[in-house]
Amino acid sequence: MIKRIFCSLLLAAFTLPACAAFDVAQLMGDLAKLKGGKAKFVEKKYISLLDKPLISTGEMNFTAPDRLEKRTLTPKVETLLLDKDMLSIEREKQKLTINLSNQPEALAFIDSIRGTLTGNRAALEKNYLLHLSGTQDKWVLTLLPSEQKIAALVLRIIVSGSKNQIRSIEYLQADGDRSVMSIEPVELK
Amino acid sequence: MKMTAGRTFLLWLLAMLAGAAIVWNTRFTADMSFFLPSHPTAEQQVLVDQLKEGVVSRLLMLAIEGGEAEQRAVLSRDLRGRLAKMSEFVSVQNGEAGSQDADRAFLFKHRYLLSPAISPERFTVAGLQAAIANSIDLLASPAGMMLKPMLARDPTGELIEMLSGLNAGAQPNSRNGVWASRDGERAMLLVQTQALGSDTDGQEAAINRLRSEFAASAEAAGVTTAKLQLSGPGLFAVNSRATIKDEVSRLSLISSIAIIVVLLFVYRSFRLLGLGLLPVVSGALGGVVAVSLAYGSVFGITVGFGAALIGESVDYSIYYFVQSGKTGLAGWRERFWPTIRLGVLTSVCGFGALLFSGFPGLAQLGLYALSGVITAAVVTRYVLPQLTGSDVRMRDLAALGRQLEKVIPAIHCLRWPVIALALAAATTLFIQRGELWNPELSALSPISKADQNIDMALRADIGAPDSRYLVVINAAGREAALQAAEKTGAQLDQLVRQGVIGGYDSPARFLPSQATQASRRAGLPAEADLRRNLQIAQQDSPLAANKLDPFIAEIASARHLPPLERATLDNTSLALAVDSLLLQHGESWSVLLPLRPGEQAIDVPALKAALAGTGALFIDMSVEFNKLYNDYLHEATLLSLAGFGAIVALLAVTLRSPRRLAAVLLPLVLAVVIVIAGLHLLGERLHLLHLIGMLLIVAVGSNYALFFDRPSRDHPSLDQHLDPETLASMLIANVTTVIGFGTLALSSVPVLHAVGVTVGPGAMLALLLSAIFVPRETAA
Repeated sequence: MIKRIFCSLLLAAFTLPACAAFDVAQLMGDLAKLKGGKAKFVEKKYISLLDKPLISTGEMNFTAPDRLEKRTLTPKVETLLLDKDMLSIEREKQKLTINLSNQPEALAFIDSIRGTLTGNRAALEKNYLLHLSGTQDKWVLTLLPSEQKIAALVLRIIVSGSKNQIRSIEYLQADGDRSVMSIEPVELK
Repeated sequence: MKMTAGRTFLLWLLAMLAGAAIVWNTRFTADMSFFLPSHPTAEQQVLVDQLKEGVVSRLLMLAIEGGEAEQRAVLSRDLRGRLAKMSEFVSVQNGEAGSQDADRAFLFKHRYLLSPAISPERFTVAGLQAAIANSIDLLASPAGMMLKPMLARDPTGELIEMLSGLNAGAQPNSRNGVWASRDGERAMLLVQTQALGSDTDGQEAAINRLRSEFAASAEAAGVTTAKLQLSGPGLFAVNSRATIKDEVSRLSLISSIAIIVVLLFVYRSFRLLGLGLLPVVSGALGGVVAVSLAYGSVFGITVGFGAALIGESVDYSIYYFVQSGKTGLAGWRERFWPTIRLGVLTSVCGFGALLFSGFPGLAQLGLYALSGVITAAVVTRYVLPQLTGSDVRMRDLAALGRQLEKVIPAIHCLRWPVIALALAAATTLFIQRGELWNPELSALSPISKADQNIDMALRADIGAPDSRYLVVINAAGREAALQAAEKTGAQLDQLVRQGVIGGYDSPARFLPSQATQASRRAGLPAEADLRRNLQIAQQDSPLAANKLDPFIAEIASARHLPPLERATLDNTSLALAVDSLLLQHGESWSVLLPLRPGEQAIDVPALKAALAGTGALFIDMSVEFNKLYNDYLHEATLLSLAGFGAIVALLAVTLRSPRRLAAVLLPLVLAVVIVIAGLHLLGERLHLLHLIGMLLIVAVGSNYALFFDRPSRDHPSLDQHLDPETLASMLIANVTTVIGFGTLALSSVPVLHAVGVTVGPGAMLALLLSAIFVPRETAA
């Protein structure tokens, strides 16, 4: 673990000067201009116990600053709605509502997406070390949890995109499983 | 004379000692049973049981306020740690992570006996395929996060099956890892006491324990600004008892002192004062003895009524001393005793009517007052003269009486104004008849408004269950009860699917009947079969059969797990859940299935229709409470009318003249109307004790009205008007009665307060109006 952190710090030290042309502040500024939008997604989950990745598809709808709806259509219909700090999941007539302010770890996890979508650097830096590489047309933002409690769940989040469009989000979980979500924008606001 | 006096005194003393011995051994209570029906219906019986020993009655809500959020969380954890070790508390919850680990472990370990999805079909090729595919689908969702670590051991998702029936709804807020109020400013805990709700001593001990542990915890943590607030039925019981205890002594003291002052002023003799109090003491003791013998225990509120009894029963000795001074004992017996006796009888009619009440508190009050008044009258008639002898030397009250004599004709002119006032009062009452009554049983509850507000705030913050809707099933034994719970549960599952109800709790969820356990166990496959079925089922699945060895091992061990018994649940909070829903009363058992509304309110007719004919009883506690109160009110109306009817009949038989009967009754009825209208205009919301108060105005007030009638009957030609001494005795007796009942008006216990504010002014008005309406031929 210490070795890994050391490595990533080293990596950061080397790459920082290289991407001086395109920095986090610039990316955040671009992202913040987006007031919302609709996108299709394909999510692949790689779970060690399973021989094949699990694939789910559906659409996402974001309205700045804090309403995100994720409708999974396959394999099972499920609606996940994030409205401010209330997260509700509806699936097969069952509805579960969670107040995220009660769950700091889950909130940090959610903030990784929400912070990126809204270009809220302060919210991201509360829980993650940010590391950006690439160019404005093809950037990769890496989020490393700075808190032990979050690091126990997720090792690394990699968000990549082009200009103010997020094209994929990858989570590497602490148990080695990972998920990759590819995003295809449908319309923008 | 001396001998007889000594013997009489000795007899009296013996009776008193016997009475004192009985009182010494009497249990005094201050619990809810004062208000609970003595002959409950099946629905009301459930209500009574729930209030006395139901799980809700043992729930205490705690809030820690002050200090910083982090400090409150520390205190909450520390307090939970302390309380969880104590035998007084069966469960202490504060939302701490890890506090439900034991429950989770139990559910997971016994999932193949507990999961409703277990059947032989579950482990066929098709069944396994469907169940495992479902679990894999769930993994794609964030809702499946919890499932992942257990997938190899529980690929069919039995844990999810079990948890989905439980209430995932309203969880309290959380701050720093422990429950918090909605605004986050208070840490919240939920505590279940070992003591039953009806065990006020046990509740008091538990509450004191809570407070002292919190103080110790706050001191240890060095948080001096933190305060503990708590509420719950147990606290209410303890507080009401303290209030009633305090009031009984306070009210009796006030009433006694005021009456003693009046009597000393009148008698100017400590000897007469002592003798005069003899019937009072006897009456108070006699009342408690009668109640104790009839009911086995005495309610604190009943004893609180003693203040009024003191005022009423002292009248008899006042009449005796004042009146017999002039006529001597024999004359008093001949001339005054019949009037007093008739007054006693009207009081007996009034109090006696209450004896038939199904509201136990009211019946006790009736018996207490009835036996007290009779005892006082009997002691006055048979004991007092013996002890006093002919030596009644007291201040001559003729002067006072003569002044009163002058006043009476002067106030005659008030007749028409009084009638006008009464008409106005009656009109007011008629017009505003819809707003007179307080429709809530809580109007009688001795719980203060402040306590009720705290309770509502804490309840909302913690989302404590209110158990308003229940389905109840009775059965002959535990196994039969659990089987019935499963059968009704299947019907309720249907209603959940139809959206009639949101969900329900059942003891069978954690402790299935032995029959169900046996059939679930029989559905578990042998190792070879399972292995073969998995191979076929998982051919095309991303989850290969060869990764499911942990599952095969779990099924093998589940087949040899001993059956679940109640004791298996020990050390989990599920034990409490089962105990609170599965109740034993002697030979019979009953199961409670609390219902939760869904998105919409519960469709009661649909629910009742679905349960019709199954023997399961649906109960809406709130409706039952209101029905109970309305039953009481209805019954009190009937009893008051019956009591009034008895008094009228008694007077009619005795007076033998409709005109005289009307003359006696008119002032009483007017007094009732004026008092009730007055109370209404003063903002008092009437409840059933005011109604009883009305009856008592007639019963007590007639004692005074009768004296004004009396002289014209026996000696129409000789004695046309009241002598000054009698008038004076009536005024003094009235003052003591008003003091006695008036003292009750000071009470914060609604039952006593209502009687006080009604009868106190009513008795005074009864005398005044009787004087105003004295028939002209007797008024001189």
